[in-house]
Amino acid sequence: MHVPDGFLDAPTSVATGAVAAVAVACALRGARRELDDRTAPAAGLVATFVFAAQMINFPVGAGTSGHLMGGALAAVLVGPWTAVLCLSVVLVVQALLMADGGITALGTNITLIGIVTVVVGYGVFVVLRRVLPKRLGMVAPAAAVGALVSVPAAALVFTLLFAVGGNVPVDLGAVMTAMLGWHTVIGVGEAVVTGLVVASVVATRPDLVHGARPLLVERELELRTGVGR
Amino acid sequence: MTTRRLFAVALVVSLLVAGVASYYASSHPDGLEYVAEQTGFIDSAEDSATVDSPLADYQTSGVDDARISGGLAGVIGVVVMLLLSTGLFWLVRRRGTDDDESGIVDSGDVDSDDARAERARQSEA
Repeated sequence: MHVPDGFLDAPTSVATGAVAAVAVACALRGARRELDDRTAPAAGLVATFVFAAQMINFPVGAGTSGHLMGGALAAVLVGPWTAVLCLSVVLVVQALLMADGGITALGTNITLIGIVTVVVGYGVFVVLRRVLPKRLGMVAPAAAVGALVSVPAAALVFTLLFAVGGNVPVDLGAVMTAMLGWHTVIGVGEAVVTGLVVASVVATRPDLVHGARPLLVERELELRTGVGR
Repeated sequence: MTTRRLFAVALVVSLLVAGVASYYASSHPDGLEYVAEQTGFIDSAEDSATVDSPLADYQTSGVDDARISGGLAGVIGVVVMLLLSTGLFWLVRRRGTDDDESGIVDSGDVDSDDARAERARQSEA
């Protein structure tokens, strides 16, 4: 859902630009806690993979398509602050190098694809991790559900931005219905890709999955008490 | 699997996805474009200021074969992404072990050999 230049008026674009700038500044501080010598290269690879995956549009019927956004995926793998930075780098490279997503719309795209998907996707993931059984096998399904919800959430926020600053007066109800409908279907694709990738990494190196760490700590405590007996 | 091998797998997968698989991606408009067409605001889209970029629209200008043109743009994009993002995260990362906040890193049970070796190398430096 890369927003091109021209969809939103200047004040709205300036406002989303400010939101994006503040969020990236906060993320630069927050990501320090998530990144060390081992996770920094991992985060670089996650950003690179998200860029590559966003090139794959999958058909979702009736002549339309969608691709991975990757906010929930990146947040579960490398942490939410780092995920905001991952998606921001992806969107800057796409806008500057590939002319994918507008330049004046960069703040809007960072807000929608870099912030909303991360906040909603990771938020849902954390809630599910709390209520589901405390097992590593639950990490990928929880990430998938977070991913599923994150896509229509971004579509909803776009529609609200369009209601405030759309350059063409069209039926907002129709925009809302169509945006939520199609992006719920695209969200299913997002959930499948996110679930598979997270499951693969959890199966090979759970210690490298940010969202799996609390479960690993608990597992280890159990092991140690076992040894003590 | 060692950290190094996992990273290598991730890089190879990214290169294959961007360089090869992208050719087979759907060329239908994405969800937002489609909705914009259906509800009547697609015409307000303007060309990006970077539309003349040599890699605009994930095609390498001057390369006629669509498969090579798109694949090359994808591979260049992956290399640029890797350098930019890894560089950024390397600068942002927490250094040393004095303020280590992630409890799992120092745990022997789940730690990998190469992570330990990595730390040993660092403490020597």
